Amino acid sequence: MIKTDVIVIGGGIHGCCTALHLARRGLRPIVLEKNTVGRHASGVNAGGVRQLMRHTAEIPLSMAAMTAWENLDDLLGPELAQNCEFIGGVGQIGLAESADEMAWCHTRVAEMRALGYDFEEVIDVAELKRLVPSVADICRGAIISRRDGHANPFRTTQSFRLRAEELGARIFERTRVTGLEQSDAGWTVTTNNGVFQAETIVNCGGAWAWQLAEMVGEHLPKSHFASTLMVTTRMPRFIDPVVIGIDRTLSFKQTEAGTVVIGGGILGDPQLDAETADTVADRMVESAETVYEFFPILRKATIVRSWAGLEALMPDVIPVIGPSRVAPGLWHAFGFSGHGFQLGPIVGSVLADLILDGKSPIPITAFSPERFTPEGTLRSASH
Amino acid sequence: MTVKARETCELAIVGGGPAGLAAATLAAELGVEAVLFDEQPTPGGQVYRNVEATCRRQDDLPAFLGADYRGGLALVERFRASAAAYEPMSAIWQVTAGGKLGVSQRGEAYLTQARRVILATGAMERPFPIPGWTLPGVMGAGAVQTLMKASGLVPDRPTVIAGSGPLIYLVAYQLMQAGAPLQAIVDTSAQPLIRSAFAALPHLSGAAGELFKGLTWIAALKAKRIPMLAGRNLVAEGTSRVEAVSFEADGRRQRLATSLLLLHEGVIPNIQITTSLRCRHEWDPAQMAWRPATDEWGATSLDPIAIAGDGAAIRGAKAAVPLGRLAALDAACRLGHIAEGERDERAAPERAALARQHNFRSFLDRLYRPIESVRPLDDATIACRCEEVTAGDLRELIDDGFTDLNQLKSFSRCGMGQCQGRMCSNTVGRVLAERLGTGMAEVGHYRLRLPVKPLPIEQLALLKNADRNSKPILPVVAGDPSQRI
Repeated sequence: MIKTDVIVIGGGIHGCCTALHLARRGLRPIVLEKNTVGRHASGVNAGGVRQLMRHTAEIPLSMAAMTAWENLDDLLGPELAQNCEFIGGVGQIGLAESADEMAWCHTRVAEMRALGYDFEEVIDVAELKRLVPSVADICRGAIISRRDGHANPFRTTQSFRLRAEELGARIFERTRVTGLEQSDAGWTVTTNNGVFQAETIVNCGGAWAWQLAEMVGEHLPKSHFASTLMVTTRMPRFIDPVVIGIDRTLSFKQTEAGTVVIGGGILGDPQLDAETADTVADRMVESAETVYEFFPILRKATIVRSWAGLEALMPDVIPVIGPSRVAPGLWHAFGFSGHGFQLGPIVGSVLADLILDGKSPIPITAFSPERFTPEGTLRSASH
Repeated sequence: MTVKARETCELAIVGGGPAGLAAATLAAELGVEAVLFDEQPTPGGQVYRNVEATCRRQDDLPAFLGADYRGGLALVERFRASAAAYEPMSAIWQVTAGGKLGVSQRGEAYLTQARRVILATGAMERPFPIPGWTLPGVMGAGAVQTLMKASGLVPDRPTVIAGSGPLIYLVAYQLMQAGAPLQAIVDTSAQPLIRSAFAALPHLSGAAGELFKGLTWIAALKAKRIPMLAGRNLVAEGTSRVEAVSFEADGRRQRLATSLLLLHEGVIPNIQITTSLRCRHEWDPAQMAWRPATDEWGATSLDPIAIAGDGAAIRGAKAAVPLGRLAALDAACRLGHIAEGERDERAAPERAALARQHNFRSFLDRLYRPIESVRPLDDATIACRCEEVTAGDLRELIDDGFTDLNQLKSFSRCGMGQCQGRMCSNTVGRVLAERLGTGMAEVGHYRLRLPVKPLPIEQLALLKNADRNSKPILPVVAGDPSQRI
């Protein structure tokens, strides 16, 4: 039996970051990971560091995260920060092809200004061509967030893990939680790799987080999906910003290695029990088609791999961050619905604040599990 | 569109070597609508590559390549005469568990739904990661043999062949006959062929002829005074290309200047497609390779997928024919063309033919257990040639706590390049297993997804018959671009 103060279940980016921040504040967190760190969505996502076109509820969190990304040295130390391959300031750009998309860009920027956010702007074709010379002449303009960029998701997650370990956190890989029980002595966590005890549990279980909640009788949405990416062989550098579609299926970036990672909401077939996912060629065609139309330079590029990461999906596409509705001392942070990577450096800090101070300086009420019914469906009023 | 998409077929056979040809021919003869997809322009696979055209040549090349090679012509002719459909120059870039094939043909891609699939994708040369193995001028001996068959190309510069197994003597013999400047053979096997051959004779019922053939090649090479040396710890030396090969013999290091070094220590099953399918695989300690688990008919752990020939385990071209025919019989039975009784009755002579090959194969496995290609790598030796990841790079990561093969891949990019991990999966696995003090079965192999062959974006973009309604049901309402997943 291993006793400690906090146990984090799930070794993805949010689990590792939570352990990092808890350790920074003097606790001795333990991370229990059923596979290996970064095995699922955290390690295999597209690596977008995007504030652009986010759900308005996520913007305060996303802005705080952006500042953390720009100061990774403070959080990780220079070597591990470099290891993340974070490239900021190249911008993320949403391409507007139709008049409707262009009109949406203007409306969106006006709404954002009204809320007091000015990091998104509409740009014309000339500015778009200046930033992305390789784009085809089919765009009317674009929406941009200039501070945005990208990072290497697997390396970033590992950097958070290594930093957490440096600060005293312990990571147990291949350690699967089979039981979760609360008593006067606190939480007892049974695994295939021993029994653990702690006063506080943080559920960062990603696609499997709902199963952990079920262990204490709490029902949360079970929905999950497998986001698919495909990647080309290395190419000479031709683009710096990350480009995404507005109504079209498009998202790609050129990585530090020179490969082009193409995504944009291609769905794979999730296999939750087998803990893997299959990619589906039929669904990759639309994405390839958009790339073909928008970036003729990529027509002859060769796809060598594809992959999919399993991720929890909330019906309102925003995460669950907050205390359990049924079990005191249990906190949830999951359900990032395909866009949690950019929030990586900040969610753990929010959880550390919640656990140690009882409150977070960043507004998170929108993410409360209270928005779901006891049966785990979304309450219509909050939508 | 110049290519006509074949939307469905009853039985798809992937690969046009002996197993695929035999399977397609017999399946068609039993009334199955069989379609054979193959990357090459003509049937024959690697072993009978280009056999129709080569046999028509007026020069001596067909004679140099030997009677075994020319014997493949009968197999090809029977296939040509059958009702099996033939799709040459077709790369298969995906096979799904539901039997959906992704075909790339003359620059265009399409999908084909098959009711059953026989994978006859054969073997690949065992990667041979020694110091300097990525220098220009270092090649697989099998690759050179393929060039000889496919285009009549014969090396014209000083050549050394190193490694073990019957193929090095066969290729040496063929090169010598074709007039290549062959300098020497460096045999890396545990003991000289002749000594073990006599010891094995009693076990070779029915296959003594095979062994005799090997001995005639050696005799011919001896007659031409080609040096045949025994050596270990090979190093390919050179700066911008190979200049010499050095090795240990009789306790001291020897060096042979050369411009072409051909390496070979046998072949291993090509498991790209079965890995992408997540079929059950087993580590074969005798052949030191992964192989998909199959039953006596070649059926895998996935219902519509079977394997015929070396793709399931290395048994050679002669065994590939009965293996192909067994897979075809089972397919014809499962597809309702013949009853189980007929299948089993027709299978008997095929199994007898296999049994004759079996003892000889066990003898080869024992004699030619790979040594050089699986010895521990120096830190500076490249494990993944596409991304230039060395064994030392990998060991550093393992010591940092990255103890999973796919973690090593994600971190170092090993296995992420053009070859899609074909060349380094076992090498990286071996480095990991050695460091952890565990076995290959425990460390596993790379995870793979489609495409199992590189696929240009324009082919995917213009893929005409994709199922565009193939979407899972999600709870999310589409609409606002800021509320996307």
